[in-house]
Amino acid sequence: MNLTPSISSLTVVPLVGALAVLALGSNRKLARGIALAFAFLALIFTLLLWHRFNPASGTLQLEEIHAWIPVLGVQYHVGADGLSLLMLLLSTLVVPMSMAASWNIQEKPSLYFALILLLEAGLIGTFTALNFFHWFLFWELSLIPAFFLIRLWGGSQRATAATQFFLYTMVGSVTLLLSFLALFLYTGIFDFITLGELARSGHLLQSLATAPHGTAATADRFALLICLGALLGFAVKVPIVPFHTWLPATYAEAPTGTTMLLTGTMSKMGLYGLIRILLPIFYLQMRSMRTPLLWLAVATIVLSAYAALVQKDLKRIFAYSSINHLGYCLLGIFSILKFTGDDPAMLSEKAAALSGVFLQMFNHGLTAATLFWFVALLEKRSGGLRGLNDFGGLRKVATVFAGLMGMALFSSLGLPGLNGFIGEFLIFKGVFPLAGWAASLSTLGLLLTAIFLLGLIQRVFAGPLNPSFAHMPDLTTAERLSLFPPLALMVALGIYPQLVLGVINSTVLHLVQQLR
Amino acid sequence: MLAWTIYISFCAVFVLLLLPNRMVRTARSVALLSAIAAFAVTLAAFWQHRSGELQTITRVPWVASLGLEYHLAADGISLTLLLLTGIVAIAGVLFSWNITHRVSEFFAFYLALIGGVYGVFLSFDLLLLFIFYEIAIIPKYFLIAIWGSTRREYAAMKLALYSFIGSAMVLIGLIAAYVASGARTMDLSQLAQFPFTVHFQMWVFPLVFVGFAILAGMWPFHTWAPTGHVAAPTAASMLLAGVVMKLGAYGCLRVAMALFPRGLDAWGFHLLGFGSWRDVFALMAVIGIVYGALVALVQKDFKFVIGYSSVSHMGFVLLGLMTLQQIGIDGAVLQMFSHGILAGLLFAVVGRMVYDRTHTRELAQLQTMQLSKVLPFAAATFVIASMASIGLPGFSGFVAELQVLIGTWHAYPRFTLLAGLGIVIGIAYTWRVMQVVFFGEPATNQPANVAPLPPITMPERIGTTLLVATSVLIGLYPQLLLRIIVPALHSPLFDGLWKGSQQ
Amino acid sequence: MTPFPYAELFSLLVPQIILVLTALAVLAADAFFLRAADTPVRIKSGVVLSLIGCTLTIARTLHTPLQANLLDGMIVLNPLVQQIQIVLLLLTMLTVLLFVSSSFTQHVSEYLALILLATVSMMFLVSTQNLLLIFLALEMLSLSLYILTAFNKSSGQSAEAALKYFLFGGTSAAFLLFGFSLLYGFSNSTNLTHIASTIHGSSLDPLLIVAIVMVIVGLGFKVAAVPFHFWAPDVYQGAPAPSAAFIASGSKVAAFYVLYQVMVIGLAGAEGGATWHTYAPGWVPVLAIVAVLSMVLGNLVAIRQTSVRRLLAYSAMAHAGYMLIGILAHSEQSLPALLYYAITYAVTVLGAFGVVALVEANTGGDTLAHFAGLSRRAPIASFCMFIFLLSLAGIPPLAGFFGKFYLFSAALSTPAPTLGLIWLVVLAVAMSAVSLFYYLRVLKAIYVTDPPADAAPIRTPFVHNLVFGLIAASLVLLGCTPNLLLHWLRHAVDLVASR
Repeated sequence: MNLTPSISSLTVVPLVGALAVLALGSNRKLARGIALAFAFLALIFTLLLWHRFNPASGTLQLEEIHAWIPVLGVQYHVGADGLSLLMLLLSTLVVPMSMAASWNIQEKPSLYFALILLLEAGLIGTFTALNFFHWFLFWELSLIPAFFLIRLWGGSQRATAATQFFLYTMVGSVTLLLSFLALFLYTGIFDFITLGELARSGHLLQSLATAPHGTAATADRFALLICLGALLGFAVKVPIVPFHTWLPATYAEAPTGTTMLLTGTMSKMGLYGLIRILLPIFYLQMRSMRTPLLWLAVATIVLSAYAALVQKDLKRIFAYSSINHLGYCLLGIFSILKFTGDDPAMLSEKAAALSGVFLQMFNHGLTAATLFWFVALLEKRSGGLRGLNDFGGLRKVATVFAGLMGMALFSSLGLPGLNGFIGEFLIFKGVFPLAGWAASLSTLGLLLTAIFLLGLIQRVFAGPLNPSFAHMPDLTTAERLSLFPPLALMVALGIYPQLVLGVINSTVLHLVQQLR
Repeated sequence: MLAWTIYISFCAVFVLLLLPNRMVRTARSVALLSAIAAFAVTLAAFWQHRSGELQTITRVPWVASLGLEYHLAADGISLTLLLLTGIVAIAGVLFSWNITHRVSEFFAFYLALIGGVYGVFLSFDLLLLFIFYEIAIIPKYFLIAIWGSTRREYAAMKLALYSFIGSAMVLIGLIAAYVASGARTMDLSQLAQFPFTVHFQMWVFPLVFVGFAILAGMWPFHTWAPTGHVAAPTAASMLLAGVVMKLGAYGCLRVAMALFPRGLDAWGFHLLGFGSWRDVFALMAVIGIVYGALVALVQKDFKFVIGYSSVSHMGFVLLGLMTLQQIGIDGAVLQMFSHGILAGLLFAVVGRMVYDRTHTRELAQLQTMQLSKVLPFAAATFVIASMASIGLPGFSGFVAELQVLIGTWHAYPRFTLLAGLGIVIGIAYTWRVMQVVFFGEPATNQPANVAPLPPITMPERIGTTLLVATSVLIGLYPQLLLRIIVPALHSPLFDGLWKGSQQ
Repeated sequence: MTPFPYAELFSLLVPQIILVLTALAVLAADAFFLRAADTPVRIKSGVVLSLIGCTLTIARTLHTPLQANLLDGMIVLNPLVQQIQIVLLLLTMLTVLLFVSSSFTQHVSEYLALILLATVSMMFLVSTQNLLLIFLALEMLSLSLYILTAFNKSSGQSAEAALKYFLFGGTSAAFLLFGFSLLYGFSNSTNLTHIASTIHGSSLDPLLIVAIVMVIVGLGFKVAAVPFHFWAPDVYQGAPAPSAAFIASGSKVAAFYVLYQVMVIGLAGAEGGATWHTYAPGWVPVLAIVAVLSMVLGNLVAIRQTSVRRLLAYSAMAHAGYMLIGILAHSEQSLPALLYYAITYAVTVLGAFGVVALVEANTGGDTLAHFAGLSRRAPIASFCMFIFLLSLAGIPPLAGFFGKFYLFSAALSTPAPTLGLIWLVVLAVAMSAVSLFYYLRVLKAIYVTDPPADAAPIRTPFVHNLVFGLIAASLVLLGCTPNLLLHWLRHAVDLVASR
């Protein structure tokens, strides 16, 4: 194995880790030890890649290209720009967090941790692959461990939840696959970058016009159909309302460690796909659907916030809140579809919105994962209870817990000074000039979010102490220590967002230049 | 050197026949060693055989007065299928480790079948090919009739008769070609160059094609396949689905299509919307894909699900052949390999890991057994196998079916959708059976009848690893096989096919 | 008029004379020297004597290759005829060997002598092209066979079968004689080649058509073709096993050769046509009908049989049907193909009857139930039966397969490769697929079904195992390297044709 940090070796690390855990993890301690070691190794690799990465350039770096299946025009082509790198960092950060949250899992620990590592490999591959063939391979590879994590370690309704999760994402995957197959049939190309160039030069539509009975007009319609198919795949994964119905049940039934991965990283796969794949290739088609898409984004924001408001289960609340936060990303992404020509002012607004989207993706991953972690800790103490009204007055008995979780909640709320603020701020800053109506409607979502999060704080931490929790232990030292890094990162990013912005800036500019 | 695959297998048959019945261990070892030796020979040839083009192994006159030759040769397609045979044969022996009834006879029939299969894939004299093809029929009958389960005698007889009727059709076609060419030769490449009249090809092609396709499980001649697979002992189902069905598909490509390419041309008129035999067979293949999948969806017997899934997956092979596109036929050959491995794996799980332990294949009964807890290894294997079988990327099935679909798209755009539908139904039935068998919940608050079952043995683990590793290897790096398949399809043997397809 | 060539006749007939002398010697030895001995001893010494006689005959035939046509086709000897004679002698020897452990009769020497005399008549049958001698030899053969069939005096079935055989045989002999007389009247000659030379023109004399039909009826009886087959199931079932084997093997080969001679040589010019689009009256269409009936009826009825002997009888009709295709193709290739098929078939069926006899002797019957689990009671005999039946079914790489392949390809290449007889070949191949079903049923009983609980291993006499093994080995050998036999046959046929 080539251990100099490259994207390939980074992908291989969790795979080897999974095998090692399966082979050597005869007992729980050994299994989780090995798994955590490999997770940290992946994190270190990512940081090393980060170090190698040249933030001044917005183009793809660290590329590796090898011939693979010439008959199908498949190459092994990986590479990373700022966005990929950010997502890699997020994934490799959330995985150790998720492992820590599942530290005391009882049943088949070696399989559990192996599946998490497999999932990580899928994530890393998805965020770096530039050829549809193996991008899809990793996309599916992440799906299967997720399914089994839910199916085997989930709550009482796990069978339904797992099936629902699998069916939705599978249908999405199938339409995605069909779309790219259709593209391949006409162009003979699976490479995202080449396809993007074809689309920009207009050759893509020309190729589509060669269909049997094809004309320029049918090519347009056909391209739209293909675009919709691919969009569905990503929409389910993000999710966009109305394709979100699998999500609350899945997040609620999954073991909390898995939920952290689902919300922290897997939902980003959909967004990443939208930005990296769909926008460059189907820019024209997407633009023609801009208004309905913006409506969907608004609906995602507002409806999910409202749904969160009426939920009684903490995990479900956070699940809807998660949809809500990703809705802002969608808003940002769809708003930059507006045709503005070369107007530099508008381009800078687009850049702002896109930067906001990137930041929001990272922040949401961090915050949402942390929040679910807190839910896990709470569940451990309450013996599985996690209803909104089961608790009350916890800040009296578990001060540190209440304080730290409150911090995460405020980050989620978008309080300035914490990481959540800057992303949403940039998005709204960019979207208002680009699509003012959508931005205004979406502020409703901000309001609702504030209401339900504050309500949550009040019901759980404030108020009279629920007698059954009178002796609830506070956070242990180990828990505090392990919670420290994500919380510290939240503060650090809130104060100094440049930490992330510095890496993504040129990427954003490059993308905005491309998408005119 | 490759000819030794045949000789090793038949030598082992004789050794086993002479072995006293009680020497069980020796019998197993002989079988395993010969399977491994044959595979090793194939592997060595595979490494030397870089280009995939036709290489003659042996060529001596056989019945000189009739122009028959003992002519063995191999190209990329043969090699691919030889590798498949070797792998499945080894795995089959490993999964038959628990056979205790008439052991040496079992392995003798088993290896006779394997030897016949090797022979078919290596023969380039048509009569020789046909002889090996028929040699493979009889052991199948006895393997099922003696060591089988559910309705074994019926299934065995059905299988034997279907195969024999198919081969009778092939024989007529071969004799007709032999006589019509007047060249007094049965050499494949020479006959392939002979310009048979279009009229002649038009009736001989369907005869020979259907004759072979019966064994490949083409709808509506597939009915032997599910019953045969179900009744057969594990190793025999693995071979049946894994290798024997490939004999049929191989024959379709190597004999029917190579000899009578003009038989695929348009008739010049339309009947019920069909314009050529190619249309007819493509439609049958598509029906097979969808029908097999639909029937698999409603089965109550675990093994029947897998049996019908074989019909469905073999439909892709035939469809790929009928595309007459380079990529479609590539895909068909790759799918033969892929399905061989995967069907072997699935039948190993169903027959050996589950049925031999639980003694039931009823889905309703298996549902209450919580097999994922009792037999985690079997569950994991089945999950992997079904993932591979539904065509998940990273496994061999994906690349193969993808190529077939691409080929179909160019040839029959509408059928692509139907085949895609077949894949989706495939996901559904695989999903269903996986859920029910391995992750079924016992009826509410009934203490689950989790009887401890015998643990998975080492031979089973090795066999599973072998098959899974092969599928993943080919799934990740299909070029390994494609690099020899593609040149083989461009050999002069298939010239007629490409010429015909350009019209 | 030249003087009658007695000396030459004598020298040509030395083989037959040796055989007759052997028959007499067997009778004499039994009558004078072994009167007091046990039956097994008498059988063994009789068998040994017969074997010696046959061996001598073969040696003589091999040693003096002859090319002769005596008395205007009365005795015709050429390499081909000699080869057929050798084959017939070998078949006789195998039959005699199967007799070794029999116990159905006390009249050992008479039985053996009859077999030898039947062989003599077969040798005459194949070495003549004269209607009169053909008829005489046939009658002599038939008479011997009637008696051989009836030889098991303790069995009612045997007597009944013999009576049936006799009655049908008598009737058919009458038909044959009638046909021959018509031919004689038509051509004023009993020599086949002369008869042929008088047939010309495209339209056939109605009288000739009647003659053709009569001859086919008469000879069809001998080859057990449908619809002249009624005697066959009963005789195959009722006759003592060696007799049945002999009827099914040696007399089949001889009868087919004669049928070929009469049709192809004697009625050359009156073939007609049976190809798909070009029907023309003649003996070919008539034979084609008979062939179709034989194949279809034989195979379909065989499916329903539970007695293995009757099954073999019906399968014999089916095989007669296939072989008729060889005759009606009457091409350059078809004679060696026909002979190859007939010889391998005869050897196979002989072996099969041997196994049936073995089973009958040990289990008391020949139904499928009696064969149950035989593979665990007599593995060698079972394995040989496996080979015999698969060869009959036409499974490669056994001789039966190659026979079929060669026969059908010969049939199709007639006269030019127009594939005119393809419909017959299609039918034949389809029917042979059906035949696999009933052969497999027998094999299923042997290999799959479990033996009865009280079954002990069967002790097979060494000689039987030897015979079975030899036959099985030769079937495999002839299947894998058909050239061994084919080479000789083709060479001989070519020699005859070039003369």
